[in-house]
Amino acid sequence: MDTLILVIIGIVAGPVLGGLVAGLDRRVTAWFQSRQGPPVTQPFFDVAKLLGKERTVVNQWQILCAWVYLIGAATSVALLFAQADLLLIFFVQAVGAVFLVMGALAVKSPYSQVGAQRELLQMLAYEPVLVLVFVGFYLVTGSFSLEALWAQETPLLAKMPLLYLALGFALTIKLRKSPFDFSTSHHGHQELVKGVLTEYSGPYLGLVEIAHWYETILVLGLCAMFWHTNVAIMAVLVILTYLVEILVDNTMARMTWRWMLKRVWLLGMGLSIVNLIWLYAR
Amino acid sequence: MFGSFIKKSRAKSPWIMHFDCGSCNGCDIEVLACLTPLYDVERFGIINVGNPKHADVLLVTGTVNHRNKKVLKNIYDQMPEPKAVIAIGACGTSGGVFREAYNVVGGVDKVIPVDVYVPGCPAKPEAIIDGVVAGLAKFAQKVEEAK
Repeated sequence: MDTLILVIIGIVAGPVLGGLVAGLDRRVTAWFQSRQGPPVTQPFFDVAKLLGKERTVVNQWQILCAWVYLIGAATSVALLFAQADLLLIFFVQAVGAVFLVMGALAVKSPYSQVGAQRELLQMLAYEPVLVLVFVGFYLVTGSFSLEALWAQETPLLAKMPLLYLALGFALTIKLRKSPFDFSTSHHGHQELVKGVLTEYSGPYLGLVEIAHWYETILVLGLCAMFWHTNVAIMAVLVILTYLVEILVDNTMARMTWRWMLKRVWLLGMGLSIVNLIWLYAR
Repeated sequence: MFGSFIKKSRAKSPWIMHFDCGSCNGCDIEVLACLTPLYDVERFGIINVGNPKHADVLLVTGTVNHRNKKVLKNIYDQMPEPKAVIAIGACGTSGGVFREAYNVVGGVDKVIPVDVYVPGCPAKPEAIIDGVVAGLAKFAQKVEEAK
């Protein structure tokens, strides 16, 4: 029964928190650029407007893919709230992400096609890092289940500092922040128009946006798990991490996929493996 | 309740697509000036998108000629309803000084329906923002009437 309530909280709170995070992100970014920026509730207006627009699709696959992406992302957040198995959360999230790419590949537009290929490369970069972070959870708690985490007396950050940094890479890619925002970006203009999102329009773009909010909450939720002993410090940790993300977004240029694969695999996986060896030898 | 929230959101989140039909770049620079920290149109929820499929408002600058009228029509047709069109500058509204030229069709309204005309050579950023706000009011009215 408790699990069911937690799942419902996750499904409802996911988009609400995710939308607010996106709104705050735009405010803080505007502040960095000495602008005023839109109201914090702007993402909700954007999505409501998109949901009310005309349904135009290139083919039926896009509808299915947008829905599966949303359901995958929502289920992974629900599982996170239900303290489920980390590997299950990971695979459900990956299924959703793959469907976003499939929807983009189902269309002939070259922007959409190239964007989808780049999105696949981004997944190739962050997914191994995420798995290694989960292996770290396993080495510390002795289980892939999130429930086992609460038995720990010290915060995970003390034992997995390098894995937290590696998770930062995955977070930056997942949040579509510079320097890794080449499959699509929050900003209007890039060389691929909107990359993987080019051919999603109207209500289906709205669904993709809500799914993106869920994913943001999922990755931030994983960051929060690194300080489970104290809620106040957990909040500070998540807020600090997100502020660093916005700072990185505003100070970095968009890089190429080759640069990303080298950095994320060498640095991200390198940091993870050093941390894992240390955890194992300890 | 959700329906009224969607209606309210339309005016609060106009995503703009800018198309240069054959402008001298004067009006284009003024359109882009709206995004700078001085005018900061993002505070009204306005985003400059590069994709007609994501856009609500089409800003057109410059005269229409026989070559690009098909492109203009194509971009307009790709935008999902509800949508609005704003013609900017002397050339966009009427063809400007080029209206008599043999290759010029005239203003934007010769090809697609225009909701708001923003005059000026070039149009001021304040006038463009004003035009977008007027365009949104018209477009809210259109949505009302359609139902």
